[in-house]
Amino acid sequence: MSETKREVRAGFIPLVDCAPLVIAAEHGFAEAEGLDLKLSRETSWATIRDKLAVSHFDAAHILAPMPIAANLGLGPLPTPMLVPMALGTGANTVTVSNALWQELIRHLDRIDFSAAPAVTALASVVRDRGRQGAPPLQLGIVHPHSAHHYELAYWLSSGGIVAGQDVELVVVPPSLMPAALANAHIDGFCAGEPWGTVASSERVGVILTTNAHIWRNSPEKVLGLRLDWAQRDPQGVEALVRAVYSAAVWCDQPGNQDELAAILAREAYLGQSVDVIRPCLARRLRAGDGALHPIDGFLNFASNTATFPWISHALWFYTQMVRLGQTLHSEAALHAARSTYRPDIYRSALQPLDVELPSVNTKVEGALHGKAPAGSTRGNLSLGPDAFFDGKVFDPDRLEDYLASLPDTSS
Amino acid sequence: MNKYVGLPSLCAAHKMRPMSDKPLHILIIDENRIRASIIEDGLSGAGDVRVTILDATGQLLRRIVAIDPDVIFIDLENPNRDLLEHMFDVSRAVKRPVAMFVDRSDQASIEAAIEAGVSAYVVDGLKKERVHSILETAVVRFNAFERLKRELEDARSELADRKTIERAKAILMRTRGIAEPEAYALLRKTAMNQNRRIAEIAESLVMAAGMLGEEGGK
Repeated sequence: MSETKREVRAGFIPLVDCAPLVIAAEHGFAEAEGLDLKLSRETSWATIRDKLAVSHFDAAHILAPMPIAANLGLGPLPTPMLVPMALGTGANTVTVSNALWQELIRHLDRIDFSAAPAVTALASVVRDRGRQGAPPLQLGIVHPHSAHHYELAYWLSSGGIVAGQDVELVVVPPSLMPAALANAHIDGFCAGEPWGTVASSERVGVILTTNAHIWRNSPEKVLGLRLDWAQRDPQGVEALVRAVYSAAVWCDQPGNQDELAAILAREAYLGQSVDVIRPCLARRLRAGDGALHPIDGFLNFASNTATFPWISHALWFYTQMVRLGQTLHSEAALHAARSTYRPDIYRSALQPLDVELPSVNTKVEGALHGKAPAGSTRGNLSLGPDAFFDGKVFDPDRLEDYLASLPDTSS
Repeated sequence: MNKYVGLPSLCAAHKMRPMSDKPLHILIIDENRIRASIIEDGLSGAGDVRVTILDATGQLLRRIVAIDPDVIFIDLENPNRDLLEHMFDVSRAVKRPVAMFVDRSDQASIEAAIEAGVSAYVVDGLKKERVHSILETAVVRFNAFERLKRELEDARSELADRKTIERAKAILMRTRGIAEPEAYALLRKTAMNQNRRIAEIAESLVMAAGMLGEEGGK
């Protein structure tokens, strides 16, 4: 290609799900789209957001709820953003300290990451500690506006545990979680891979459950774009979406796992040993019994419509923001959350690639316990599973009913 | 009401304190002790302020609550920024918002701060102009530190260059039996002919000599 390449600057946090951006830059996918994709590793989500805000970055690997929060005017320096695609599903673990694990196994009759028995066991431990006058457990999350926070609080509340009351939530950067666990600053955490596997391989913690068990194929990170950049260069946006999509497809192929692990292990990206990255890519995790267990659907880079920006995902996050008191429910707020996700851009960008796309932009979340055929561009797509572990269903058309059905923890 | 660690005491402290008649308490969170001192030095000259430096990361939240600052400066690369923001997010719920930088609309000062690698959190209710000048001072000091660091690196590499040139001269003097001024002239002429720096020519020569076993006697 002889013409000058468009420069796109993107930030990322060292986590396994930054892989599609890394591979887009490293494997020629960005170049093939006429892009010069420059990546910058950052240490906090706040810095990702700030560098987007002052135009140091055009795009970023970002927590899915963060662009929604920005458009709702929450947090410092909220800058209008849009989300043209998701960066995969899954790959989060709930990992607990060895001491807490010893208390939990007394209440567990099997060790298989199942979310329901895990939270029942945790609730028993929390009650025991309350009776003994022990201080509340401290659980680490990565950011208040994160899927980790919302899914953890959702899971806890189903066990009757109120986050912030029965257990305390503290923010810890993902890479510092294993050390915080080892130093007993926290009793458990919810964070993206490889940090659960790092804690488990350093024998400072045990993986209790995962977000794939709490909500099958649940959303995690997205490609966040600064709105003014996206409006100035729509062709650049579409080229970026195609490059990252093609890279995500590459990342999902089992034959590429070794190479992907080796690239992610580099100092410029995760700076971690291949040994702690490989298991997650192979969709395996070490459980409390010491064995590596395969987990169906633990991580999807592209398969199962993992890059599609489902409006229903954005709206589920919105309901949790309302439930946790981060924002007040209003028509305007609902509109801001809904319009953050832009499946129209995704569709338009991928048109030249002839990809099978769902025929709708929103779905009822939690309805599918297995795969089911769905309406699509060529009639050959199946969706799901997308079930919540407690069997509840979120119908975006009945959002207020759903809000009313959730336990209120906002006051 | 307060769902997270430490917050009740933070909020209570702010409710009870009159905002106007006390020196501005500035907290600098920086693991780089030298940079923190440089900033502290600059801010101390900025009038009625009190400066506290925190360098360790453990139990950050509890320590901030105890220090009870009006303004917090933190290195942009510090991963604990997310933890700070959590604290502020919760403080929203108790109607005591904390703004980042001086003013969200003040794009120029935000850009200057991010360029310099500093982020600032300002407790609401302060005099805007006063905080503005303090932020400017912090940004100047952050930049001064970067400049100092660069100068130090330059000085180090200059020293290394000089050592390499000395070694190259010694090799030429020994292998070609020439005096020091000739050896230097030869290096300089080669550098000019090839349009490269003398230090680069010297480095190639030292490397080649090493491979040929010519450098033996040092």
